[in-house]
Amino acid sequence: MNNTHIQVKNLNAYYGKQHALKDINIEIPKNQITVIMGPSGCGKTTLLKTFNRFFELNENVNLTGEVLVDGENIYDPNVDVTEVRKVVGLLAQRPTPLPMSIYDNIAYGMRIHQMKKDRAAYKKSVRHYLEIAGLWEEVHKRMHDPATSLSIGQQQRLCLARGLAVEPEIILGDEPTSALDPISSQNIESRLLELKKDYTIVIVTHTLRQAKRLADHVIYMYLGEVAEAGPAHEVFTNPKHERTKQYLEGLF
Amino acid sequence: MSDIQLNNTLKTEGRLSRPSTPSRARTDRAAQRTFFIITLVPVALILIVAVALVVRAYPILNSYNLSDLLLGETWRPNNGEFGFRPFILGTLWVTTVGVLLAVPPCLLVSVYLAEYAHNRTRTIAKPILDVLAAIPPVVYGVWGLLSIVPFVDDVLAPLSERWFGSVSIFSVTQPTGFGILAGGIVLAVMISPLIISVIFEVLSTVPNDLRHASLAVGATKWQTIRTVVLPQVLPGIVAAIVLGASRALGETIAVLMVVGNVPNIPTSVFDTAYPLPALIANNYGEMMSIPLYDAALLGAALVLLVVILIFNILSTLVLQRFLRRS
Amino acid sequence: MKFQKKHFERRHIVELVIKTIMRLALFIVAGTLGLILWTIISRGLPSLSWEMVSQVPKGGYYMGKDGGILNAIIGSAYLATGGTLLAMILSVPIALYLKAYLGKSRWGDYVRLSLDVLWGIPSIVYGAFGFALMVLLGMRASLLAGIIVLALVELPIMTRAMDEVIRRMPSDLEHAALALGSTKFEVAINIITRQMLPGIITAILLAFGRGIGDAASVLFTAGYTDRIPTSLMNPTASLPLAVFFQLGSPYPEVRERGYAAALILTIAVLLVSFGSRWLAARLNRYTIK
Repeated sequence: MNNTHIQVKNLNAYYGKQHALKDINIEIPKNQITVIMGPSGCGKTTLLKTFNRFFELNENVNLTGEVLVDGENIYDPNVDVTEVRKVVGLLAQRPTPLPMSIYDNIAYGMRIHQMKKDRAAYKKSVRHYLEIAGLWEEVHKRMHDPATSLSIGQQQRLCLARGLAVEPEIILGDEPTSALDPISSQNIESRLLELKKDYTIVIVTHTLRQAKRLADHVIYMYLGEVAEAGPAHEVFTNPKHERTKQYLEGLF
Repeated sequence: MSDIQLNNTLKTEGRLSRPSTPSRARTDRAAQRTFFIITLVPVALILIVAVALVVRAYPILNSYNLSDLLLGETWRPNNGEFGFRPFILGTLWVTTVGVLLAVPPCLLVSVYLAEYAHNRTRTIAKPILDVLAAIPPVVYGVWGLLSIVPFVDDVLAPLSERWFGSVSIFSVTQPTGFGILAGGIVLAVMISPLIISVIFEVLSTVPNDLRHASLAVGATKWQTIRTVVLPQVLPGIVAAIVLGASRALGETIAVLMVVGNVPNIPTSVFDTAYPLPALIANNYGEMMSIPLYDAALLGAALVLLVVILIFNILSTLVLQRFLRRS
Repeated sequence: MKFQKKHFERRHIVELVIKTIMRLALFIVAGTLGLILWTIISRGLPSLSWEMVSQVPKGGYYMGKDGGILNAIIGSAYLATGGTLLAMILSVPIALYLKAYLGKSRWGDYVRLSLDVLWGIPSIVYGAFGFALMVLLGMRASLLAGIIVLALVELPIMTRAMDEVIRRMPSDLEHAALALGSTKFEVAINIITRQMLPGIITAILLAFGRGIGDAASVLFTAGYTDRIPTSLMNPTASLPLAVFFQLGSPYPEVRERGYAAALILTIAVLLVSFGSRWLAARLNRYTIK
């Protein structure tokens, strides 16, 4: 399938002895928003974090199987994990501005990867990504203020811009709006809908309504397994799995 | 939460929070009062120590200029000459060398333990640091005497003569191995466990979210540490080093055993020195026999106390701010 | 293959180099401990004998070539035990008060700050302070004076170590007891002490270990003698000073006593350190985690 961006093959993940992901096999389509849903503790976030190799930041974890991005297994021993994370960006649950200025936050990743040649080029890119994140108007007069002086909603858009600045192909979102107020949430959601023409987006969410607003493709997880996966309209209108049906009806 | 607890304390006298039996309430009130008085002890003790030293050192502070005492170069108690300068400089030299030697490895080890090491490595490293911290100063002194002094004499001094012979602070000035360098090496080992564990604690206050934010855009671990973690905790690291320095300033027996104890003005790390604590420890026996001698020695203790108090209070305040944040 | 590792990229080389240097530094620190222990053991072990630990020095500790260091062993045991007990009398209530009554209040912070500052005061200053007091009171160097000054040295160490453990105790338990109508005093006595017993014992042993090894504070205050003290007012020998004085002797036989004392002191400190770790692990089974 030409349209697949991420392919997960026989993926099993363990926290110590706890079997957190059980034999996952899924495909995530390119330039669409894929939403991972399921009750809490079902392994949604764990699955998401195997896509940028954040899972291994925990101590005492183990993982078998493959995650292929554009056909390349990111768990191959010869893979450079920082290159993976450059291609697969992450928008965290809570906004985490780095303890530096607004400008430096956006330039951070680009500098890490030495992506630009001179000051002017950095400046231009910072502006570009702030515009994409819809933050330029609000912050362009105070680029050198600490990023923590922004509101929570602005901070999350800053984090989005910071992630985009290293030119990823995939954006992961770990309940990226759960810490935000409704208006900021809506702002982020509309950014994501705009961005999907250029990026593949994978979002974990615990709110069904958000899933319905965003999803092109749905993965429904239950107890560490993928219970159901498919195009959003199919899963939402005609769930095959009993658990999905109950979840959609709001039984748990 | 703090406010609620404080209020409870104040309200103990109120009706609602009075316990069911009067005798229990009385016990509680009595206990609270006793406890409170006991917590005054540490606060008061600092003042008492300082006041006692000031009182005992008063005769010499009264009969000499403070600047003559601190800057005077001659130490001849029999002639009534009490110049602390060689001792103060000796203390500074030994402490500086010790801190300079300790800081690089301490930084590396604490960053490694906090940022890179597996839990397994940490559980091995902790008892090692604990034991290093528990070894008595006099044992460090014996080790210095048996290993470091010969090492300085046989290895470091010839090396330095060959490579840095023309640099005055590295010139070999006397042939024994006793001296500032030996004292500095012993001190560096002695203050390392403290510096390492404090920096480790400070590093653990940095929220993981920040590290993840940096890793998520593809930074390496070291890039993350250098650009995100370390700038966050820089004041804490400085405070840890200052704390280590204040420990080094007051270290007595171990330094005394390897530093040579000659009251000269040092110009090279191979010089002997005579730090303040060593001066006090070596002469307590005769201090009552010469006029003003005891006042001079307790004055030396006072100088030490004042400098250490300043270092200590500053670093502790910075560290309290850091560690409370977590 | 866009994810392929580029081994020669600068930042990957830096990462590798830094990590290697860090491991090396850790290895040096651990190795230094090994060197210290090796030096002390290899030099002290040959001097260790039954005579050494069962006799007092004969003909003076500085000149006499026969006898052992029993005076210092007993003296240190008395000094450190006495100092630790005396420090406990103040330390336990302060730590309990900090948790049960003060919590995270302002006064609590001041008390902690002053304890930290006291911890930082070098023992030579405590020694000089003790000496100044003794002169004032017309006291002579004695076991009692040594015990008092050691208690001052140990107090902040013990209290802060206890406070660190007690502070980590979840407040839920305390609040549960308060909700049942316990007074704060009852909470302190019944709940905190029981829950935190392992931590309290570890803190006491930590301070004991520090007390037994401290030389500079007893130098002025406890004196030094060949005899085993029979009263609190007698002067007494101690292990650290046995090392310090006897190593300065011109006679090799006397110096042997110094090395033996250093070894015994090291063993004692190691035993206390590992003993407290073991005890804490054992006692931990009886508390709610």
